[in-house]
Amino acid sequence: MSIIKVENLVKKFGNVTAVNDVSFNVEEGTIFGFLGPNGAGKTTTINILCALLSPTSGRAFIDGHDCAKESASVRKSIGIVFQDTTLDKDLTAEENLLFHAYLYNVQKSERQKRVDDALKFVDLFGRKDDLVKKYSGGMKRRLEVARGLIHRPKVLFLDEPTLGLDPQSRANLWEFITELPKQHNVTIFMTTHYMEEAEVCSDIAVIDNGKIIARGSPEELKKIVGGDVIYLKTKDNATAVEEIKKVLNVEASAKGGEIFMSTIKGDACIPELIRTLGDSVLSVRLQRPTLNDVFLKLTGKAIREEESSGSDTIKEEVRAYRRRHS
Amino acid sequence: MEFNAIYVIVAREFKKFVRERSRLVSAIARPMVWLFLVGAGMSRLVSPVGGVSYMQFIFPGILGMTILFSSIFSSISIIWDKEFGFMKEILVAPVSRLSIVVGKALSGTIISTIQAVIVLALFPFLGLKLGILNIVGVILICSAVSFSISAFGILLATFYESYESFSVIMNFIVMPMFFLSGAMYPVKLLPDILKFVAKLNPLTYGVDALKHVISPLATGPMSPDFNIFVDIGVIVSMSVVFVLIGGKAFERKG
Ligand SMILES: Nc1ncnc2c1ncn2[C@@H]1O[C@H](COP(=O)(O)OP(=O)(O)OP(=O)(O)O)[C@@H](O)[C@H]1O
Ligand SMILES: [Mg+2]
Repeated sequence: MSIIKVENLVKKFGNVTAVNDVSFNVEEGTIFGFLGPNGAGKTTTINILCALLSPTSGRAFIDGHDCAKESASVRKSIGIVFQDTTLDKDLTAEENLLFHAYLYNVQKSERQKRVDDALKFVDLFGRKDDLVKKYSGGMKRRLEVARGLIHRPKVLFLDEPTLGLDPQSRANLWEFITELPKQHNVTIFMTTHYMEEAEVCSDIAVIDNGKIIARGSPEELKKIVGGDVIYLKTKDNATAVEEIKKVLNVEASAKGGEIFMSTIKGDACIPELIRTLGDSVLSVRLQRPTLNDVFLKLTGKAIREEESSGSDTIKEEVRAYRRRHS
Repeated sequence: MEFNAIYVIVAREFKKFVRERSRLVSAIARPMVWLFLVGAGMSRLVSPVGGVSYMQFIFPGILGMTILFSSIFSSISIIWDKEFGFMKEILVAPVSRLSIVVGKALSGTIISTIQAVIVLALFPFLGLKLGILNIVGVILICSAVSFSISAFGILLATFYESYESFSVIMNFIVMPMFFLSGAMYPVKLLPDILKFVAKLNPLTYGVDALKHVISPLATGPMSPDFNIFVDIGVIVSMSVVFVLIGGKAFERKG
């Protein structure tokens, strides 16, 4: 069943079209990845789905509720971790979660238990009485995810959940996020810039300039760039290239002391290569396309190109400055 | 309206208020300074009229000032919440905008009333004699005024996005509201144009109602300017109007 349905969604801010005729469905219990560079329209789409913004045209549904008309039902069904943190740093972690539990009208008998469970789930129970301003970036992120789950939403939105985290915290957070659909019966809708993070998604939509330019599983998307590349070193590269062309019927060429060849199923191709070339093989290396290659191919630019986000960075710095000085 | 949501919005503000000692100290210090530095100095110039000394005359105004500053300050925290993102956590919840506004207005009401009560405790030092009924009356009026000014502050906060606007609000709205409320000088002695502005000022009616209860027997220039029922009518209707418009203004942002 599709838990999120988006039909021909358009959002204009003055003459900027942030979201331009976007349609997609998200299946229940999956991790859906919404990928795109800065300013692609990811956050705007999320804001419409969360009933924080009304669309210029088109419709969006969450669990059958129209996001523009039934905002109360939509809001009950969703949890969200915003791109910028929305914790109250002058309250403790526990107080932040209790605030949420009251706000979502969690029953009195359940409240404290859910808060405790959530804190334990993200490994912050021991620090529950610390003010959030004493938390690290990764702890804050985890706390926000825990908070988003307290009212048992059907869909959890994660808008760049790993932004600004070091690689290790990112890896930890992902490990934790991939467990969520099973453990909490929730569908995940996430956005990210980091292509390697999108590998955990069961389904991906790539958005650029407000338009969806590709859809599919990570595997399907990688096929767009034409499969794997095998790099190989042999005792005699020139002869080996001839052999490969003749026996395997695959295009190959030697460059810089290395032979490289594109194939669809790289892993299945390697044994055959070795059988053909025998002892002459010195090393074999298989490179699979990343989603970044996909993005490069589709848009002609790398997804993490940052130069377009100059104003965002400044905004972020100003915010950080204020946080430090208030 | 969602009562749990209203409760927790109030509880959050209250907790933060209690934790932030410096805010309480400065909130209490300001009225003291006005009362004892400005008031005592002015008493040399203005002799008692109609049985009321100048210090006694400005006491209701000083209560009004305490309420004005703390209610506006409390409501303006909405701008901080917007700036630091916490507002989004509230806005994305299944809570009506009216409940949010009522919750915020009640937070301001409670915090301001507490401060007003602390200042009220000074009355014996000014030679005022208040019976228990007058004291209860003062507290009731203080909470009603706190609610209406808090609601007014929320309305202001919906028009401003960043906290740079804070000093604008303080200098161009809050200070004139204080001076044109009859707090320091009677409205009836103002020139016509200022008298007109004072009549548009929600605080004027709050200060006037307090004058009725604190110096009920006053006559002459230092007596209240309006009928007490007018005062109460204006305070109550302003509260309702501000809360409803505030709720609508929040809705519009969506
Ligand atoms: N409130 C707004 N007013 C005007 N323009 C806006 C507003 N919000 C977003 N935009 C514009 O809409 C476009 C899409 O912005 P959006 O925030 O959805 O991008 P994003 O994909 O989330 O980018 P990022 O990866 O940087 O978070 C941008 O051009 C942005 O400037
Ligand atoms: Mg974004």
